[in-house]
Amino acid sequence: MLDFIARRLIAIIPVLAVVAIFVFLMLRLTPGDPAAVIAGDNATSDQIADIRAKLGLNEPIWTQFAIWIGDILQGKFGESYFFKKTVAELIAQRVEPTLALALCTLAFAVCVSVPIGVMAAYRQGSLFDRVVMAFSVLGFSVPGFVIGYCLIYVFAIELGWLPVQGYVRIGVNFWQFAERMVLPSLTLSVGFIALISRITRASVLEVLNEDYIRTARAKGLSNRVVLMRHALRNAAVPILTVIGLGIAILIGGAVVTESVFGLPGLGRLTVEAVLSRDFPTIQTVILLFSVVYVVINLLIDISYTLFDPRIRY
Amino acid sequence: MKRVFRRTLAAMAAGTILSGVIVASTGPAMAQGKTLKFVQNGNLTILDPIWTTAYVTRNHGYFIYDTLFAVDENNAVKPQMVEKYEVSPDKTVWTFTLRDGLEWHDGKPVTAEDCIASIKRWGARDAMGQKLMDFVKEFKQVDGKTFQMVLKEPYGLVLDSLGKPSSQVPFMMPKKVADTDPFKQIDSQIGSGPFIYQNTESKPGEKHVYIKNPKYKPRSEPASGLSGGKVVKVDRVEIIEMPDTQQQVNAIIAGEIDLIEQPPHDLIPVLKKDKGVKLVDWNPLGHQFIIRFNHLVKPFDNPKIRQAALLAMRQEDYLKATVGEPEFYKVCSAAFVCGTPNAFDAPNGLLVKPDFEKAKALLKEAGYDGTPVVLMQSTTLPVLTNTAPVTKALLEQAGFKVDMQSMDWQTLVTRRTKKEPPSQGGWNVFHTFSVAADILNPISTSYMVAQGDKSWFGWPTDPVIEKLRDDYAKETDPEKNKALAKAVQDRALETAQYGWIGQWYGPGVARANVTGWLKAPVPVMWNIEKK
Repeated sequence: MLDFIARRLIAIIPVLAVVAIFVFLMLRLTPGDPAAVIAGDNATSDQIADIRAKLGLNEPIWTQFAIWIGDILQGKFGESYFFKKTVAELIAQRVEPTLALALCTLAFAVCVSVPIGVMAAYRQGSLFDRVVMAFSVLGFSVPGFVIGYCLIYVFAIELGWLPVQGYVRIGVNFWQFAERMVLPSLTLSVGFIALISRITRASVLEVLNEDYIRTARAKGLSNRVVLMRHALRNAAVPILTVIGLGIAILIGGAVVTESVFGLPGLGRLTVEAVLSRDFPTIQTVILLFSVVYVVINLLIDISYTLFDPRIRY
Repeated sequence: MKRVFRRTLAAMAAGTILSGVIVASTGPAMAQGKTLKFVQNGNLTILDPIWTTAYVTRNHGYFIYDTLFAVDENNAVKPQMVEKYEVSPDKTVWTFTLRDGLEWHDGKPVTAEDCIASIKRWGARDAMGQKLMDFVKEFKQVDGKTFQMVLKEPYGLVLDSLGKPSSQVPFMMPKKVADTDPFKQIDSQIGSGPFIYQNTESKPGEKHVYIKNPKYKPRSEPASGLSGGKVVKVDRVEIIEMPDTQQQVNAIIAGEIDLIEQPPHDLIPVLKKDKGVKLVDWNPLGHQFIIRFNHLVKPFDNPKIRQAALLAMRQEDYLKATVGEPEFYKVCSAAFVCGTPNAFDAPNGLLVKPDFEKAKALLKEAGYDGTPVVLMQSTTLPVLTNTAPVTKALLEQAGFKVDMQSMDWQTLVTRRTKKEPPSQGGWNVFHTFSVAADILNPISTSYMVAQGDKSWFGWPTDPVIEKLRDDYAKETDPEKNKALAKAVQDRALETAQYGWIGQWYGPGVARANVTGWLKAPVPVMWNIEKK
């Protein structure tokens, strides 16, 4: 197992190298000059040229890349062009809302989607099954920002039960934190619930047709025991895989959800950085997302051994 | 299996709680007293108002800094930090004496030395400041509160320059801050203004916090525009960073914020229906749309072809397409903004009533070969998005071929710096807009500069207009200045240097219990009460 973890961790290095090169080149090849953005609308060409020189943007592209990679290897992520803070500081400031949103969304989505997926499989063809499948299609089809605005209109504007926007840090006031997490988490979890419930249903359905399930039933075990002890455990591996892959959806969704609900998280930082061409921030945040994605999928791989004893690393 | 599930659920619950504890930050206690929550147009990221021309940074400057002079609601320049000033008979020596009791936020007194350093730093960056510094021979510190500005020759815009209301504003900073290289951002947020910036509580991208400066001594006159007594009537102001305009409107209707600087026009009907909020016309001069030609490349290097383009302009088309409601726009053919001393109508209905036949004739005379003009359209600034399609339609009616290329604003501001032809990544024409306060005279209006490479994007060269601008700068008689402003406008139209294609207004929004939002070119938070 330790060998496997070590090998996977080493495998992260080429992945990150490819991501780093790709992100760096994409940013340099797309139009947009941070110096022009920083200088403001009334700035002259000379003023922009001065700022560009100060930022080192006149250096050849490979020199810029070498400097950046050298800094990264020394643990220096650079300074944001705009915020006059190091990117590490910026990320530290913005990580809490994103982490909170991701955890609340994951917890809510898994708690809802797995049971309804199992029930839909168990009652295949029933009204419940059809409703779940319809919801699943709807959850995939409706964009997150539409769901967000609808939830805001109903629960914040019309009913006044929850705040429209904003974020209160958990250490400042837990209840204000919690009430501000409800709508964003609900919004972000809709697509996730649709995905996981559909996969859960399909996995459980497949398992329910296996010989060993028939054997278990023949032995006289109750449906509940068959479902929980034999079917769900064997269906867990594909479900976990989808949850791992869904982290990418979560990251992409966080970008939109944080903007809609005014959460000052990493997703919004990414949007702001992209719009203002804040190269050091974009590069570091995307590298961070890549690390998170790879590490979470490593953890998911390890967790397979909990559910399927045949899996050994 | 049950055990596995229980373990999983327990782990999830523990993880959620633990993560909450891990991510918990020990934030400060919640605000006490009256807090005003204000949403601006755009995120405040740069805190040096001399380093950038961004309006959000200018607004930040007005919170924490003070100015020597400031404009009142009629745009007349009044003393602000200055108690009195004198001009020598030959108009070359200006003596300024500061008010008693002016203090920086760290408790040190504001000195003449601080002000000299601040003017010099501003004068190195701002176009109007640079013009002023061209005339300055030297500064002399007379005593702790008094300094002199000695000019090489009389300059008519000394007070207009020091009282310049919009970006970049000559804010006064402590000498040690003002001594920072003008091309580097400052590190300190110490000013002498009516608010104190709270560095520890402010989180860029989330909010910026200002508290009332308890030691600030407002002038005795009532507040008017950016001048007069800056009396702060709340304990604290929070600038909430909220980029989504729909969300801003939702938040103010729900009472979560108190003020929005300027919601988009298409959301104003929603706001009008809600009794809990009101529209506030805080910037009565409004804004002006601009069409800018690239004078360096074909076809707009030819003045006749630029003239043909101006002949096709019809302001009302732009204003209807972008603003919509007539109560929020004005057809105005004056370059220096209607409702100001330098406002003069353009001759022959130019910019208001198109003459497509004359435009076609001019194109033919100029030998326009039908090469498409590259029109850059910004799709991310809502107020500008619809200007380019109108231009395309009008220019095509006049006989142009137009290649409208859509892009985000940041791409546009990058591409407009390119002087090459469109085939090599350059451009022919684009739109922008200005806050009216920035374009009230020929010196502050950057679009009027015609010094080739030193000009704003488009890089026009015209010694005639430059001579007129110089004359305007040197002239100290207001009546003669008006005539010179008209001559500058006439010359700009004659050479079709650029086009001004409509004046528009964007009201702010306040909760019904918020009063006292001053009429000024800049949204300022003093004088505002929250009941």
